[in-house]
Amino acid sequence: MFYLHAVAKTYAGRVALGPVTLDVPAGRTTVLIGPSGCGKSTLLRLLIGLVTPDAGGVTFDGEAVTPPAARGVRRRVGYVIQDGGLFPHMTARGNVTLMARHLGWDRGRTANRVDELAVLTRFPADGLDRYPHQLSGGQRQRVGLMRALLLDPAALLLDEPLGALDPLVRADLQGELRDIFRALGKTVVMVTHDLGEAAYFADRIVLLKDGVVVQDGTPADLWHRPADPFVTRFVQAQRGPEVPEVTA
Amino acid sequence: MKRFILIAVALLPGCSAPDSRPVVVGSKKFTESVILGEVAAQLARRAGADARRDDIGGTPALWLALTQGDVDVYPEYTGTITREILQAEPPDLVAALAAKGVRMSRPLGFRNNYALGMRKDVAAAKGIHSISDLARHPDLRFGFLAEFIDRPDGWAGLKPFYRLPHPTPPPFDHSLAYQALTEKSIDVTELYTTDAEIVMHDVMVLDDDKQFFPPYECVWLYRADLEERHPEVVAELSKLEGRISEAEMLRMNTRVKRKVASEPRTAADFLDTTLGAGGPAVVDDGFARRVLRTTLEHLTLVVPSLLAAVLVGVPLGVFAARRPRLGGAVLAITGIIQTIPSLALLLFMIPLMKFLLDKGTGAAPAVAALFLYSLLPVVRNTYAGLKGIPGSLRESAAALGLPPFAILWRVELPLAARTILAGVKTAAVINVGTATLGGFIGAGGYGQPILRGIDKFDVPLMLEGAIPAALLALAVQGIFELVERAVTPPG
Repeated sequence: MFYLHAVAKTYAGRVALGPVTLDVPAGRTTVLIGPSGCGKSTLLRLLIGLVTPDAGGVTFDGEAVTPPAARGVRRRVGYVIQDGGLFPHMTARGNVTLMARHLGWDRGRTANRVDELAVLTRFPADGLDRYPHQLSGGQRQRVGLMRALLLDPAALLLDEPLGALDPLVRADLQGELRDIFRALGKTVVMVTHDLGEAAYFADRIVLLKDGVVVQDGTPADLWHRPADPFVTRFVQAQRGPEVPEVTA
Repeated sequence: MKRFILIAVALLPGCSAPDSRPVVVGSKKFTESVILGEVAAQLARRAGADARRDDIGGTPALWLALTQGDVDVYPEYTGTITREILQAEPPDLVAALAAKGVRMSRPLGFRNNYALGMRKDVAAAKGIHSISDLARHPDLRFGFLAEFIDRPDGWAGLKPFYRLPHPTPPPFDHSLAYQALTEKSIDVTELYTTDAEIVMHDVMVLDDDKQFFPPYECVWLYRADLEERHPEVVAELSKLEGRISEAEMLRMNTRVKRKVASEPRTAADFLDTTLGAGGPAVVDDGFARRVLRTTLEHLTLVVPSLLAAVLVGVPLGVFAARRPRLGGAVLAITGIIQTIPSLALLLFMIPLMKFLLDKGTGAAPAVAALFLYSLLPVVRNTYAGLKGIPGSLRESAAALGLPPFAILWRVELPLAARTILAGVKTAAVINVGTATLGGFIGAGGYGQPILRGIDKFDVPLMLEGAIPAALLALAVQGIFELVERAVTPPG
């Protein structure tokens, strides 16, 4: 669905990404992971032209993602960021239906679509007319997801979508999100720094370090067939709690 | 609103009908000039013409307005014509003026010469009788009108002529100078020989023993084309040649200064006794009507200039936020405009508006100057409001696939609305205050009673302009706060 060919991006003389060549297959969930500053968010932005590469090229569905073409690509790709990225001057409904208003949908069509999405994301109907600051973090994230799904995009990009949530809400939402992804069968690209979360969602994990791909494979590949000592260290650093039982 | 329709009409070539234009009488902002201006306006009405009086600051602005065609006639003094306007002593004054398209009537009768004056007791104590005597007292404190200081027939010429050792004093307002003289905070001021204050404050007029000051015969100056457009008005004006004595003028000035009668009333009474009754009735506006009129005039200045500043300033602010380098230049230029003294900007607009709209005095230049003044707060706050929006929100909007204009319209401007509105509010309050300067160029508004009040030292008249101006500023502030509340999303 997305194809990156020898893409590189430099910010103020410092290489942020690349060169990276990557194929993102349709209908699967690909997770980009790596330490802070490894270029995973830059890579995600490159996919819909929010960042223009200095070298190489990106295609979506065979079409080059160039600045003039980017707007068309963005309407076929949903994009969700941490905490939803909601516009504070609009209600939840206003945020979700912004594109519908811009495209001139009629009221009935818009209302039906909002109802569908609210059911899909389990967003309470009475929350639709609240402003973002009146919603909980999990609700904001659901609104962000609804907004991204409004035009029924072919692909969904998520940048640390659950990063701002407390662990219990996060665990619930992880489960719901995975169900939604499976139900919709869309191409999903997600950025996270949490390996557990990555393993939970991913058909395929791409591990980045200093702007280049270190390993590209299934979660099992990362755990059992690390390509590099860094992969081993990265996997081991993300241990679960080890609490020895104390006996009297 | 009427003036705006006039301006709009003036913008359409071929639509103006010069013959239906009223006769515009100019006057300077001191009592005698206002009375004589009123006399001329009433004479024109007696001749059957439609006439209006505009009070326009000082000699240079009024002369400019006359030669440009904004003013048809105004009272002037021969000494001012030679020394200040022409800055020459032509053998034939009438011919010299005719070359500039201006006609001069024969003298009206009285002279209003420049002179220097002192408190009688101070002059007596120091033994001063003439201007020559001043040279022996270098410690005397002078207080002069700014115009007098710079004029070659004023202090600039007087000081070397009499070899006066005194330093050039800071400028004073003429009517305040009399007050200062009475309170002994200055010792010597310039005065006009028909000033009512000479009688009212018991001032000693110093003898011009070396005859420095030229005679200032009062005459009408009018445009040559007035003779073709309104010959009957010119004929009526000429009836007063040689008919106003010095004593009569002093009596009229004193009558107005002592608040016995308004300028129009005084002028009407004079015409009735001199030319016989029969002029159109003069009705003095009551307090409420006057305030209503000045309020409407003031709003005619404030509303269009503010509206234009918003319509131009917001796009400029957006441009500044989008193009950092050119934007810096935009912000710098609007900032520089703000530092130009408001009166200077106003006077600069007179020839500019004449060129653009064929209308150099009245509301047009005032609105143009106020527009420029109101720009900076609007541009700067639009810029700041847009720059203050987090990058992540702009990116979220772009990621939806919205085109740049829709991002601006649906996301950025609503988010910046509060800041922009605060800028418009600041502009509006500054605008209401600065619009009082419209009184200097015949634009009316609250500035007119304030300036007339200062000149006549009439505190109630000053307050008639100052208090409504303050109330309007407060009202504007209140209205904008309500709008702000409506625009801000809940919470």
